Amino acid sequence: MTETTLSAIDLSRQFGDNFAVRDVSFDLNKGEVLGFLGPNGAGKSTTMRMLTGNLAPSQGGVKICGIDIIENPKQAKALIGYLPEIRPLYKEFTVNEFLTIAARFHNVKSSYIHKAVESAKDKCGLAHMSNRLIENLSNGYQQRVGIAQAIIHNPEIVILDEPTVGLDPIQIREIRKLIKEIGRKHSVILSTHILPEVEMVCDRVQIIEKGELVFHGSIDDLKQQRLGNKLLVGLSKPPTLKNLKNIKGVESVEKDTEGMFIIKFKDKYLPAEEIVYLAAQESWGLYYIAPHVTSLEDIFVQLTQVQPLKNQTTKTKEA
Amino acid sequence: MIINVARKELKSLFASPMGWIILALLMLAFGSFYLQGVNNYFEVMSGAIRPAERVGVTIFVGQTVYGIASFLMLFAVPLLSMRLISEERKSQTLPFLFSAPISLTEIVVGKFLGLIIFLSILVGYIFLMLSTLNIWSDIDFGYLLSNSLGLILLAAAFSALGIYFSSLTNQPIIAAILSFIALFALMGLDKFFGSQPNHWFGYISLMKHFQAFSRGVIDSKDIIYFILFITTFLVLTIRRLDSDRLRG
Repeated sequence: MTETTLSAIDLSRQFGDNFAVRDVSFDLNKGEVLGFLGPNGAGKSTTMRMLTGNLAPSQGGVKICGIDIIENPKQAKALIGYLPEIRPLYKEFTVNEFLTIAARFHNVKSSYIHKAVESAKDKCGLAHMSNRLIENLSNGYQQRVGIAQAIIHNPEIVILDEPTVGLDPIQIREIRKLIKEIGRKHSVILSTHILPEVEMVCDRVQIIEKGELVFHGSIDDLKQQRLGNKLLVGLSKPPTLKNLKNIKGVESVEKDTEGMFIIKFKDKYLPAEEIVYLAAQESWGLYYIAPHVTSLEDIFVQLTQVQPLKNQTTKTKEA
Repeated sequence: MIINVARKELKSLFASPMGWIILALLMLAFGSFYLQGVNNYFEVMSGAIRPAERVGVTIFVGQTVYGIASFLMLFAVPLLSMRLISEERKSQTLPFLFSAPISLTEIVVGKFLGLIIFLSILVGYIFLMLSTLNIWSDIDFGYLLSNSLGLILLAAAFSALGIYFSSLTNQPIIAAILSFIALFALMGLDKFFGSQPNHWFGYISLMKHFQAFSRGVIDSKDIIYFILFITTFLVLTIRRLDSDRLRG
């Protein structure tokens, strides 16, 4: 029972002769947080601007709950809450004033505006800042006002462009919590270039590079790529590489740093026990053994720089 | 929705000292010219002027005040209209408006209307001030109404042009300077062709059309001129904003 709230169909945008975004297609389901990853200048913000009707696509289209944003911009835009990369805040207003304006602009019924403002403030932890000028708020609080502005009309889809940039770690945690909460009831698209954030917050990930989607799959798919079939072993008196290689199930051994070895093993084998046993017997001086985790950064680099990637869920497109 | 945009615009005009200061300074100026007008009236009219050349107090004082008002609007309106769009461009708040369910037309007309409401406070104030003459004299309200209408239309024309220049740049000051120069030129077009009073070029002069109102004549051709002028610049502004969306 997945309900598609947003679909991008072959979205392309050209600036002059350059494609900023090229043939990007994806769907977003209700109650899902979609992470939009990519290096700087990959086309994340451009895509988001097109999804929200701030930029006309050169080709392709966007449908919000079945409504075409180019043909019926008003109805479609009423269903979206958008926080651009640079927060659009009128700094001469107080939090209350600004949120009231935002509610009015998004067709919230006038009898309901007060309630909407209060609930948005509650969700974003702004209740005690109600009458402060936005100008005088700290960066983190301004960001919260930005998010409050995006969710005030209870939209079907919330689109947040790098919502945690420039915040301190505590604020980042709070905002991530908030995003997860929003994601339960609404659909969220979140762009970022901070990888752990995606892992913590998102259900699905999409990686964009040079305007094209290079990876599209659930967060578990991405995680699976991290936990490969490798062990990282530290030995203070290491034997020869050949000795290690002879252990049952080991496919290859690679020296990492001094005393550290990356041992790749075959499918269905886990030679950890064997290694520990041998190390104790032959006194190799074992001091470290753990699964070797490819960092998300590595995967990211792999995905965005090495062209093809053998994964069922990966859609590679001809450049 | 237009009203909502206008409300927001008015609110932000009054949220900064700028709006208040311009309002206060202009009212001070109008007030002092009014006072001077009243004083001069007695000096001039009690003198040796023949009865046939005497004019009523409404026209005498009204001419002074409305004359100076139309001139001061030339400075005030660009200062007020400069921020309307360029400030939003500068502080990147336009996406807030663009991603809300409001059409470009509503945004532009709303902003324009907000400024007009602000300026009509001034026009209303002048009207009230001149109405006080009625306490000891019998004044010509028709003359005041025609002048007020003319002044509002003139200010609206200034604002429409101001919004357009504001949409061209992200520096409010540049918008102000450009609109001031453009308005100044448009005001004085008929002066350049003083030798040929019926030259078509003089016909686009703003001042020429305002003059009818200031004589107390409400002519549909002048009203249509102002409406066309305003529509032209509002449409140009909408086109300009639309090209932002198209060209990025």
